[in-house]
Amino acid sequence: MSVALTRRPGLGRLKAARGPLHLACLGIVVLVVIAALLASWIAPQDPNAVDLGNALAGPSPDHLLGVDAAGRDTLSRLLLGARTSLLGPLGVVVFSTVAGVVIGLAAGWRGGWLDSVLSRSTELVFAFPGMLLAILIVSVYGEGLLAPVIALAIAYLPYVSRLTRSLVLAERSRPYVSAYQVQGHSTLQICLRHVLPNIAPIVLAQSTINFGYALMDLAGLSFLGLGVPALTPDWGRMVFDGQTAIQHGYPLSAILPCVLIVLTVVAFNVVGERWADRVARRTP
Amino acid sequence: MNFLRFAARRLVEMAATLLGASFVVFGAMYLAPGNPASFLLSGRSASPAALQAINDQYHLDDPFLVRYFRWLGQVLQGDFGRSITYRTDVSKLLADRLPATLTLVAMALLVVVVIGLVLGWVGAVRGGATDTAILLSTTLAVGTPSFVAAVLLQGLFAVKLGWFPTSGTGDGFGDLLWHLTLPAIALALYLIGMLARVTRSAMLEALEGEHVAVARSRGVPEREVIRRHVFRNSLGTVLTTGGLIVSTLLVCTILVESAFSIGGIGQLLELSTTTKDFPTVQAISLLIVALFMVVNLVVDLLHPLVDPRVTLGTRRSGA
Amino acid sequence: MNALDIRGLRLRLPGTARPVLDGVDLAVGPGETVALVGESGSGKSLTSRSALGLLPPGATAEGSVLVDGEDVLTMGPDRLRALRTGRAAMVFQDPRAAINPLRRVGDFLTEGVRFGGRTGAADAERRAVELLDAVGLGKELLHRYPGQLSGGMLQRVMIAAALMGDPVLLLADEPTTALDVTSQAEVIALLGRLRERFGTGLLFVTHDLGLAAAISDRVCVMYAGRIVESGPAGALFERPRHPYTAALLASTPRLDSRNGRLAAIDGQPPDLRQELTGCAFAARCRYATELCREQTPEPQGEHAVACHHPLEGSPLDV
Repeated sequence: MSVALTRRPGLGRLKAARGPLHLACLGIVVLVVIAALLASWIAPQDPNAVDLGNALAGPSPDHLLGVDAAGRDTLSRLLLGARTSLLGPLGVVVFSTVAGVVIGLAAGWRGGWLDSVLSRSTELVFAFPGMLLAILIVSVYGEGLLAPVIALAIAYLPYVSRLTRSLVLAERSRPYVSAYQVQGHSTLQICLRHVLPNIAPIVLAQSTINFGYALMDLAGLSFLGLGVPALTPDWGRMVFDGQTAIQHGYPLSAILPCVLIVLTVVAFNVVGERWADRVARRTP
Repeated sequence: MNFLRFAARRLVEMAATLLGASFVVFGAMYLAPGNPASFLLSGRSASPAALQAINDQYHLDDPFLVRYFRWLGQVLQGDFGRSITYRTDVSKLLADRLPATLTLVAMALLVVVVIGLVLGWVGAVRGGATDTAILLSTTLAVGTPSFVAAVLLQGLFAVKLGWFPTSGTGDGFGDLLWHLTLPAIALALYLIGMLARVTRSAMLEALEGEHVAVARSRGVPEREVIRRHVFRNSLGTVLTTGGLIVSTLLVCTILVESAFSIGGIGQLLELSTTTKDFPTVQAISLLIVALFMVVNLVVDLLHPLVDPRVTLGTRRSGA
Repeated sequence: MNALDIRGLRLRLPGTARPVLDGVDLAVGPGETVALVGESGSGKSLTSRSALGLLPPGATAEGSVLVDGEDVLTMGPDRLRALRTGRAAMVFQDPRAAINPLRRVGDFLTEGVRFGGRTGAADAERRAVELLDAVGLGKELLHRYPGQLSGGMLQRVMIAAALMGDPVLLLADEPTTALDVTSQAEVIALLGRLRERFGTGLLFVTHDLGLAAAISDRVCVMYAGRIVESGPAGALFERPRHPYTAALLASTPRLDSRNGRLAAIDGQPPDLRQELTGCAFAARCRYATELCREQTPEPQGEHAVACHHPLEGSPLDV
């Protein structure tokens, strides 16, 4: 079966992904997700409470990780930022997975003109880097989280649909499908009850890998001021806000979100690649 | 001539995709809510005269397709229209800002290729603790967005240590290179990690080949075995990442130029996006897409030269 | 001086209970062809590769492997490389895998001697053309890529490449198994002609007894890391004395076979993970006695056989 996941090139044979590194990354993923879920309860301060008199103060009992240039509590912003920073990529991944699976399923099963339209448009979308497509759409719709999420979902869709298509083609030629057809099961039934569950693990592994990409792209857009609205706590936005502070010698409020972005992306990459490796070994 | 026919076919394919891309870039403007004229003016004071000027400039009274083909014809002649913000020709804006960006991209590309290949080579050949260290640092590198790298490098080497300028492009070419050193490294970091990993795994795969053992058994020195039979054989795989590398470099210049206040194409794209200067956005998007596709074409045409097993026309699809 | 003289070679691999090669004695005289036959896993490839100092990772070796009078096992890396570019060379089983598909044929032919530092590029190329001619190929092949050549042609290229350093010893490790039948015959005939012309000693490793009979002066039969029988090709095939040789011959398809039936050998070769006392073949041998299971037989005589109960009859009576 000539099915390959589209990965970050070269991460394929990540030998170091075994053992302690993988466990640590899994731990980071769990921690970040918990932080995002519980953010509004565990955040010690109002993330948008401005205290200009206290701007750029270092860590103190009140502000464990210091405050930013507007005197806002960094720890609280980081916690609530986890929410935005994960929700965006989640939206991208969910949308691109659902739409990609539907399109890939249809193209793989129906073939014909649908298939050639798909492969033409795949070619076209691949020519646009995800971030460029997002910028193009933001330039039309203006800032906000929704436009870039949709743009990135469209940019990542072909990775999922192409994978689904080849998986469906392989699955369709297996004997059990014709057995069900002979028994009078409808195509939709066969697809939903048998084909979909069989290809789901591989597609989901691909989506986990896409999550890291999406996080990087969305954080980049926020850094440009093109993503989330100005006041929303978001890691990329925090780096942008903290950049001036860095230039004046107060690096903490920018470095912390930087570190969190890198840790989260690395953690999702390692976990996703490990999963993809295991799924790849299971498939014939 | 087999090669010429292959090249011609790829050229036609590329032209077709570019046409599609231009349609997307042109049509995106009409996705905006409201009528195009008010979108193009977006918030700026719209006197009837200004509205009329916009209408005339974009021929907004003509049917959509007529407008598209007129625009395309102009683009093909190098005329991208007038910038709404800067009130000059977009092509002139691009020409002014292209040198800085191209220098930055070229520097980053050099760093990526040299360091990426060396790290991949050393990791594959040395193995052991060296390899593990390279794997870990490249894992970190591919998880670091270029703007994070930019901000961190700027904070450490420009602000704290003062070894490099914090922003701008300086005066003269030497000064330009000096100003672009940190940005180029920030731009390169992610791709160094990626290329090192691609090289490493391609070389490990080549190392398994029996021809490597045979070359050793024939008394070819180890250095030459690695160079001629392992590295050489990994080049085909490495080459296929060329398109991805160049497009990533171009897109990430937006972030890096913004972080370091470099007056290049990327910063222009950011500014024109926030100010909704759509003709400029169109021009830069099209430029990036076209460059990406040209690089992919070159990669496709080079591939048979690097790997004689590649029969012309059986191209690996995807980015 | 013998081209190859292996004495008491004992090779141990990590994770095995007994040596994979257990006291191998083998000699190839100048210009002589010796066939080394045995089943897969018997250690025949390991034996031939040891002559180039190509030991598996982690292997420890005892005994001596003399090529042209010099012990390969004690050589430093530089001398070993000099040996490989000059006095000894190997023809590998699958030329498609053995020759780098990305480099031109001419490059493959000359790289060994060129990096040996003894020959300049021009001389190396002249020699390559000469040898291509000797194996029946034209010099236009120098600029072709391996993918453009057939398997048979590639194996000739491989042979020409092996002769580049003017070796006293040529090792051929199943050089025909990857080829189709007509190319097989051509390659065998070619090896025979070249041996006469260049006076090279040839160690021919094969599992094909017919091939061994056709090409060799002497034959060594290997079983479980030991040479169990060796002697002149004619005598050994006419009158095998070790029960294993006899069984091997009986299991080989022959056109002139009397009853047309093939006799497979019952049982499996001994497991490397287990200790072994006595004759390695005892467990599968119909003639085995207590003595066989307790004491390892030593080979004796010109037609040497390592067996306590050597046969006297014809193989087809087994």
